[in-house]
Amino acid sequence: MATTTRTRPPDPDPDPDQDEGRQAGPLLFITLLLLAVLLQNPLRGALSAPVMQSWTTVFVAVMIQALPFLVLGVLLSAAIAVFVPPTFFARALPTRPALAVPVAGAAGAVLPGCECASVPVAGALVRRGVTPAAALAFLLSAPAINPIVLTSTAVAFPGAPEMVLARLVASLLTACAMGWLWLRLGRTDWLRPPTRSSHECQTRGAAFWGSVRHDVMHAGGFLVVGAMAAATLKAAAPETWLQQLASSPPLAILALAVLAVLLSLCSEADAFVAASLTHFSLTARLTFLVVGPMIDLKLFAMQAGTFGRAFALRFAPTTFVVAVAISTATGTVLL
Amino acid sequence: MKRQAQAAILFLLGASLLHAATTDLYLRYVKSGLRPLLLLSAAILITASLATAWYERKTPTPATHPEPRISWLLTLPVLALILVAPPALGSYSALRTGTALQEPYGYENLPPADPLPLPLTDYAARAAYDKGRTLRNRSVEITGFVALSPSGTPYLVRMTLNCCAADAQPIKVALTGRVPPVLRPDTWLRVTGTYTPRTTKDPVNGAPIPYLKVTEATPTRAPQDPYDETWNN
Repeated sequence: MATTTRTRPPDPDPDPDQDEGRQAGPLLFITLLLLAVLLQNPLRGALSAPVMQSWTTVFVAVMIQALPFLVLGVLLSAAIAVFVPPTFFARALPTRPALAVPVAGAAGAVLPGCECASVPVAGALVRRGVTPAAALAFLLSAPAINPIVLTSTAVAFPGAPEMVLARLVASLLTACAMGWLWLRLGRTDWLRPPTRSSHECQTRGAAFWGSVRHDVMHAGGFLVVGAMAAATLKAAAPETWLQQLASSPPLAILALAVLAVLLSLCSEADAFVAASLTHFSLTARLTFLVVGPMIDLKLFAMQAGTFGRAFALRFAPTTFVVAVAISTATGTVLL
Repeated sequence: MKRQAQAAILFLLGASLLHAATTDLYLRYVKSGLRPLLLLSAAILITASLATAWYERKTPTPATHPEPRISWLLTLPVLALILVAPPALGSYSALRTGTALQEPYGYENLPPADPLPLPLTDYAARAAYDKGRTLRNRSVEITGFVALSPSGTPYLVRMTLNCCAADAQPIKVALTGRVPPVLRPDTWLRVTGTYTPRTTKDPVNGAPIPYLKVTEATPTRAPQDPYDETWNN
């Protein structure tokens, strides 16, 4: 490792902030590891309190449970990002924007990944000249209606297969509604032109593994936040408190919609958390599953990063309202 | 975050998943059916880490697109899994969650063994919903861990699992008869006893908790899979 550092050519455009981060990174990492090993016994002592123990167990459980799904999704999305040319998407879509919206929404089914994967792909679509309305419909539908997510929903709700259909319908409708809304009200100057793709001028292998690494590091970091929030909720929040919220149907729907935004769960794993919220009605849990993949804290951050803050500030609240309304209606009809 | 550091984190993540899946450690957190997926994703993570290190060695790329600092959080599950390895959910979670006992579709005939080893969940369902019809004049043997209710009633509990520990729910059986005088929560017991019509209500959700009249209780090792995965599937 040391030799590579020495033979590395000087950085053409040194950025002082980044450079500092790169120097501090490994040092911080090694310090953290050493500290953890040295403080092993006190740490174990602190963690042996029942609350902490159950928190750690649920945290590790959510991580171990979600990581295989995340890794497989990232792998497939890297394959599509590298081996399917972006121009293919532009050619495959109808030229009329109003028609392109539902087609792009339905095309979300072919991107097996979680929401973290769909933000960069939607950015790439806009870059390749796809109408923003269609790209946004794709952005919203892809994390919710792809086979991996629908399969994990079916696995998580073994007794309620209609949940899978309801999730598909409500997510697709919300995605199309947001696309059409953008056609009527959206203004392109809200969108910041996305920066260039990092996959260009690389061999396919390098681009593929680069995409896998990038997505795992991004989505994984946010997954940890989600797992910590879920563990806190499970281990510390009294069950009676959730039960009180669950007793009033409109309040339950709103509570789980807000919870979906706050928890920022990966869409490949959120069905299992929804399944564990057994006190809530299926409609409330459907809202949780529709809102979560479309708008949550980490997605807001990622959207602001990719499309600009002016866009995210308008897009996120609208998505929330539309998603809650449509999933309530779908839940009333289908569940 | 530097590419080398990312490669290191990917490797550690893959190695700890591999460690959990090749030992019985993963059974504390997820259902046993997830093992092939765990091994596969561990292999992919380790390959991704080696590929990252390899391409970085061949053509060091300037970090045009630095990864967010949030990626450092990925060290937390690695540390939690390797250094802490938290135990499977026990009496603390069991007492905070209502018993998940549900009426089964039917009751199979029981084999003639004496005492009859029976899953705790099966005993609870037969006792609470079948009025012990198939349990009369039988000595049964059930295994679970001890939890003491706030009112002091000793429970024998088995956690059931759909997918991972985040959705684990307890099935509780209350103990009466010759209960050992000293009971420590979370110790595993193999209890031999007979059916009694007495039931109580779970203070958390009001669901029924059947009793078992204990004739003998012996401490035992925790089973290989601490969760009962047959219950909901």
